[in-house]
Amino acid sequence: MSRTLETAAQPADLKRVVIEPVTRVEGHGKVTILLDEANRIHQVRLHIVEFRGFEKFIQGRPYWEVPVMVQRLCGICPVSHHLAAGKAVDMLVGARKLTPPAEKLRRLLHVGQMLQSHALHFFHLSSPDLLFGFDSDVASRNVIGVIAAHPELAVQGVKLRKYGQEVIRHITGKRVHGVAAIPGGMNKALKVEERDLMLRDIGQVIEWSRAAVALSRQVFEASEEHRHHFGVFPSNFMSLAGPAGELEFYDGALRARDAQGTALFDQVDYTHYNRFIREEVKPWSYMKFPFIISEGSENGWYRVGPLARVNNCDSITTPLAEAERRSFREAAGGGMQHASLAYHWARMIEMLHAAEEIERLLNDPDILGTDLVTKGERALEGIGVIEAPRGTLFHHYRINEHDVIEKANLIVSTTNNNQAMNEAVRQVAARYLDGKTLTEGLLNHIEVAIRAYDPCLSCATHALGRMPLQVELVDAGGELVDRLVKDADGGLSCGEA
Amino acid sequence: MDHTKTFFLDGQEIPFKEGQTVFDAAMTAGVYIPHLCHNPDYEPHSSCRLCTVIVNGRPFAACTQPAVAGQMIQNDTPELREMRRTLTQMLFVEGNHYCPACEKSGHCKLQATAYDLGLQDNHFPQFFPKREVDATHPDFVLDRDRCILCGHCVRVSRDVDRKCVFAMTHRGIKTEIVVDSPTGLLKDSQLTVEDEAANVCPVGALMLKRKGFQVPIGERPYDQAPIRVDSVKNFKVREERRHG
Repeated sequence: MSRTLETAAQPADLKRVVIEPVTRVEGHGKVTILLDEANRIHQVRLHIVEFRGFEKFIQGRPYWEVPVMVQRLCGICPVSHHLAAGKAVDMLVGARKLTPPAEKLRRLLHVGQMLQSHALHFFHLSSPDLLFGFDSDVASRNVIGVIAAHPELAVQGVKLRKYGQEVIRHITGKRVHGVAAIPGGMNKALKVEERDLMLRDIGQVIEWSRAAVALSRQVFEASEEHRHHFGVFPSNFMSLAGPAGELEFYDGALRARDAQGTALFDQVDYTHYNRFIREEVKPWSYMKFPFIISEGSENGWYRVGPLARVNNCDSITTPLAEAERRSFREAAGGGMQHASLAYHWARMIEMLHAAEEIERLLNDPDILGTDLVTKGERALEGIGVIEAPRGTLFHHYRINEHDVIEKANLIVSTTNNNQAMNEAVRQVAARYLDGKTLTEGLLNHIEVAIRAYDPCLSCATHALGRMPLQVELVDAGGELVDRLVKDADGGLSCGEA
Repeated sequence: MDHTKTFFLDGQEIPFKEGQTVFDAAMTAGVYIPHLCHNPDYEPHSSCRLCTVIVNGRPFAACTQPAVAGQMIQNDTPELREMRRTLTQMLFVEGNHYCPACEKSGHCKLQATAYDLGLQDNHFPQFFPKREVDATHPDFVLDRDRCILCGHCVRVSRDVDRKCVFAMTHRGIKTEIVVDSPTGLLKDSQLTVEDEAANVCPVGALMLKRKGFQVPIGERPYDQAPIRVDSVKNFKVREERRHG
């Protein structure tokens, strides 16, 4: 777990290649690469250059506003922010244990979110790379290309996502940025007709999810590169886990394992997270670098998200997903899987679990319950931790006696994966770009690596070819010597400035 | 009610009773006139000018303009709609109105009026004023960012509650709500949850604490019906309550 290629010894003597922006939808990032005269790579960094400022501008706002306000952090997984903040706010009103209907509604909402986000991530954003090749024709390397070449598969992806969004809509009133979690519970009971409508299609959703697991596995296992070379590096893994070590998205306790699968900590109450996790600040990025305190900042960084969760858990509570988890672990020889592209396979196993869990919850009589709010002894500090689609998400708030936020700390999934994404980008750049002439296809390898972790940094590049991308090759003296531009229409142009 | 006299509103004959305003007669007849500072339960104020109508070629506030027999009045014209849109846009830019995270969303007259007028954007540059949020009261939050200076709280606290908790201070663009208390803070004022002024804010400026977002999307007043339908319906209910 070294930090090779993070900082070059003599950066002033090197050429600088900048990929900017990598995205502009849910985050704004760039990749910088420093090369010597022989085009050997000396430094690679993924920078998250966008400054959102949520932690600052929610200060002074009433705490009951926070679950609604912070979900605007994201358009893909707003439910995760809504629920993480909701859990934190529950603590503020002394409601650590919700009523059964409220908790089950939140779980249903969360697995609906997981289903739609995972479907979006795999089918809409990543499948073009996986189905057509990383350096295939950029004009068709997008979801429209998938629709043209694999119409049945594309329709399944779209409908899977739509189903997840409908689950969200039934509970929150809107597909995106609705409202459901209030301090101590939920604001609306599920109606019988809403439940029945969701039950009507869940069998098909489970079947499509099974097929998606098979496809993701097939794509991964078919490629020697995917399995053994592309973004493969050892790391620690962190996630929530249930009391029996089972896969857990909504609640549970923190668990971390090292690259060999040895426990670093387990069943840690997430309200004590800051005794185990610390964030390091680096001058070249707005995004912090969290690490496990006991391992130190050099070796304590970790991965979160589907790969971490499936690697970390001892079981999955639904039968079809559990069978797939066992296959996944067997494919890794029973140990930890370290390939970045295995994220997609793990993601589809989770999507299958989400679908099965939706069916289980819809058949639970409590899901129609109307006892939705509870309260207890008021507190001035609240912490909510949840497994968002892309990984562990921490919301931590402190309020004053007037009910307004004094301090907020958010550690989002992307931040938890910051070092890991940097490692992936470095490994891929060193293997595929070292000494090569720049092409869009080669640069896409870097984006494929980022995309495995976080579509919030990649979705725009698959937005029907409309993501402008500019890569510049600058010589050691700072002179622009080469430039490749993808314009808003997806057309490519190049040449010296 | 003995409706013996009429005027014409956009060509429609509207009956009225002596002493009624153009606004009241129109709403009684089921014709909506956009308004923000007027609440039919209280004396009209005519400060927002959203209810401006053209009477015999001249602009008047419908909420204070007495109905006169035979008058030709324009209400729903492209020019008046544009004027109302502009006034509403100005309200949005001179405050800090963030509907996506506001607990008044779906209950808010400013938001509902904006939808009714077809506001697509704020048009004018945002002022981003720095205004104080007073959350010191155990039961209320006074969020001046959302205040549109309609004066409801001022008038109702003074005229109904007889407390004068609120007042306007400064002039022009610097006008703001102040609280009558030794510290200027709400916690030291006489405001209580029983006060009528506690429930009259048409926007999210004066809100009861810990009540936000309890009404689900789909069940909020303006989810059920647009403001032009909701206002007329409520006006009729009020008239029936008052006059039987």
